[in-house]
Amino acid sequence: MSADKTKLDLIISGVGGQGAILASDIIGKAAVLAGVPIRAAETHGMAQRGGSVVNHIRLGCELGSMIPLHGADVLLALEPVEALRYIDSLSDDGVVIVNTQPVLPVTVTSGGDEYPDVSEIVDVLKSNHKVKVVAFNAFELAIKAGHPQAMNVVMVGAASNYLPMSKDLLIDCIKGMVPPKTVDINVNAFELGRAKV
Amino acid sequence: MSTREYMLGNVAIARGIVEGGAQVISGYPGTPSSEIIDTLSRMDERNFYVEWSVNEKVAMEVAAGAAWSGVRSVVTMKHVGLNVAADPLMTLAYTGVKGGMVIIVADDPSCHSSQNEQDTRKYADFSLVPCLDPSTIQEAKDMIPYAFELSEKFEIPVIFRPTTRISHGKSDIEPGEIVEDRPRAHFEKLIDRWVMLPKNARVRHPHLLGIQENITKELENSSWNELSINNDSESKIGIIASGIASVYAKEAILNLGIDISFLKVGTYPVPEGLIMNMLEHADTVLVIEELEPVVEDRVRIITNKTSSCTRIIGKTGDFVPRFGELNVELCEAAITNAFGTGEKTKLTESTVDMEEMADVASIKLPLRPPAMCPGCSHRAVYYAMKNVFGNDAVYPSDIGCYTLGVQSGTVETTLCMGSSITLASGIYHAGESRPICCSIGDSTFFHTGMNGLMNAVYNKANITVTILDNRVTAMTGHQPNPGMGKTATGEPTVDISIENLCRGLGAEFVEVVDAYDRKATEEVFKRAKEYNGTSVVIAEQACVIDARRAGIRLKPYVIDVDKCTGCKQCVKFGCPAIEFDSESKHANITALCTGCGVCGQICKFDAISEVKK
Ligand SMILES: Cc1ncc(C[n+]2csc(CCOP(=O)(O)OP(=O)(O)O)c2C)c(N)n1
Ligand code: SF4
Ligand code: SF4
Repeated sequence: MSADKTKLDLIISGVGGQGAILASDIIGKAAVLAGVPIRAAETHGMAQRGGSVVNHIRLGCELGSMIPLHGADVLLALEPVEALRYIDSLSDDGVVIVNTQPVLPVTVTSGGDEYPDVSEIVDVLKSNHKVKVVAFNAFELAIKAGHPQAMNVVMVGAASNYLPMSKDLLIDCIKGMVPPKTVDINVNAFELGRAKV
Repeated sequence: MSTREYMLGNVAIARGIVEGGAQVISGYPGTPSSEIIDTLSRMDERNFYVEWSVNEKVAMEVAAGAAWSGVRSVVTMKHVGLNVAADPLMTLAYTGVKGGMVIIVADDPSCHSSQNEQDTRKYADFSLVPCLDPSTIQEAKDMIPYAFELSEKFEIPVIFRPTTRISHGKSDIEPGEIVEDRPRAHFEKLIDRWVMLPKNARVRHPHLLGIQENITKELENSSWNELSINNDSESKIGIIASGIASVYAKEAILNLGIDISFLKVGTYPVPEGLIMNMLEHADTVLVIEELEPVVEDRVRIITNKTSSCTRIIGKTGDFVPRFGELNVELCEAAITNAFGTGEKTKLTESTVDMEEMADVASIKLPLRPPAMCPGCSHRAVYYAMKNVFGNDAVYPSDIGCYTLGVQSGTVETTLCMGSSITLASGIYHAGESRPICCSIGDSTFFHTGMNGLMNAVYNKANITVTILDNRVTAMTGHQPNPGMGKTATGEPTVDISIENLCRGLGAEFVEVVDAYDRKATEEVFKRAKEYNGTSVVIAEQACVIDARRAGIRLKPYVIDVDKCTGCKQCVKFGCPAIEFDSESKHANITALCTGCGVCGQICKFDAISEVKK
């Protein structure tokens, strides 16, 4: 990881509809409040209909938003197959945080493709021993926190251990960004995720 | 306290429009441009007029009318929208404007959400309209107020061209001052300007050519172009990069740690003086830009003019690809290939290739293409259509969420918006003897489909036209359209009846059906197929995403495992909420179900029913 403490290249991968954009927005807003320059690139449009999505977030960056291949410090994967799909974006000493709950693509539900075994995916991630792997079921933690949709916030909680912003600042941002009725659920979700790393 | 805000590129552009004091903003949705008007139309307080127009040509002319009345106006669209609006653009360059007019055209290198990746800078060159090409989101916002001033100074519209990575990127943004001065609209009757009779056009064309030199000078001195000459090194290397490619190039140069002279280009016409200066200091100049060699060709022309011997490379010599978006890796490879001593490095795979990547180590990764939502009415209509017309039919289609139904075998053409009915007519008149059934969405029908239907009826095409009426422009983010009874800002307005419209266009067979009613839909398709002439089937049902936002929730469905035989009929329907459990050999409905009920009408064993509570 870079020597400069405010510099961090983060990739969030997942499936359209999982809330990858809210996850990047929480981090982005917090970065701006902390005075850290930020550049991000997001998947909008067509792929959001259940396709594979990837967001690049560059903290402490004033150039382009696209993280070079093998350049990311952290890969936050909201879905196991989407961890493996973007593993080449991670640097040799990077960290991958993966939610182990699969979302089956249409190619599997109504096509001929097979969904790989999740433990095998995690093994492949781990066998690439240069990277640190944090794998857990964020979906179940979100249910525990109060709603399955808070999975993205669980994952932000897990990633928060590596971010150059304080925990309190991130929580403040979450409070301001989620629907008022769900504030407690989301703060819980964040804490449960944070405790996983 | 910092006033910086975290903003989406298109939100920052919307902010620039407000800062620039625009009074009329029009546009037609299209990725990656749509959020500009989405942002403006949702603002609580507005001191401007904003509309979703029915297509880009219409939008361009609305904005031009406003600018001819002396107020600042903006029109927004995606790159291919400019093809539709090219007719007014080309002559608007002759007439010019009074109030500042900014034409925002968002390009999509790599075709993230588009049918092609054309380069709008070519249109700027073609029409002789100046163009601004931002490299960062902050610059994008700041360029808009400047564009208005430029437009007013030379009385010419200005093209502003963000790309996907600007429009759908995010960054910390420093907001600027808002122009408070708002002139009152007054249409001045300048007949020799606004009436392009040949005698007036013959005067305006040389005028347009005449102002180019001054526009070039003005842009040359703007802050959007930056030259840094490296005097102290031995190296005679120059790099010119434009728009977003300039930030990728800067990062690549930093990574490689090389000494070079660098010119960032952000305007068209390009800064000739800065380029000449660069040519004096470099033996070789590498031009890095996305898509077409617009800057590169200009640099070569300038080189010839100055009889400089500098070698110009880029697309020439295959250092920089002419397709797809660029990134830091591609720039590094281009620079090392151009100036390194070693062997040529192979270009690394881009992120787009990664989305398609199917194998990592020993694991085969399933592809994850976008698909229509659970309960999408388009899927139901296609199912009924296929049952009636069968495999021995031809299925031209169009552009919208329904294009994602390509797996259902009922999408056999996608060319451009509005082309389904017209292609169907051509296929019919060519003598194709199989039945022809085309499909088109409601917004696309309003956009350019209507003319095609009128033409089909008038010229007696024996085809079936299916209008997939989900009462919204879904694909681009659920913008309102004339069939919804509300405007961009949510004001109630007339609800234009597609049925009456089709009859007005001359169609005699027009039937409306509930898309979720499989039997009724199949019956209508049967009658339409039998009909000799142009038959129109309007399948109605709200887009599930839009319906959910409006608070409509249907009860989900479940499968009775005792009745399920494992025949997979429902699985083949392709709803993402239906999975097959290969261990128990039963289908299963997941939490994604939106309760459309269509799978229940497909199951032959009556195993699927609404959840009872
Ligand atoms: C000339 C042009 N303008 C805009 C677009 C972007 N675009 C793609 S599909 C679409 C509209 C889709 O709406 P509709 O036909 O109602 O289908 P739906 O997505 O709702 O199913 C638009 C605006 C385009 N491809 N071409
Ligand atoms: S957004 Fe609406 S129209 Fe598009 S696929 Fe989903 S349900 Fe269908
Ligand atoms: S009712 Fe059936 S087809 Fe409709 S959304 Fe639910 S599972 Fe899918």
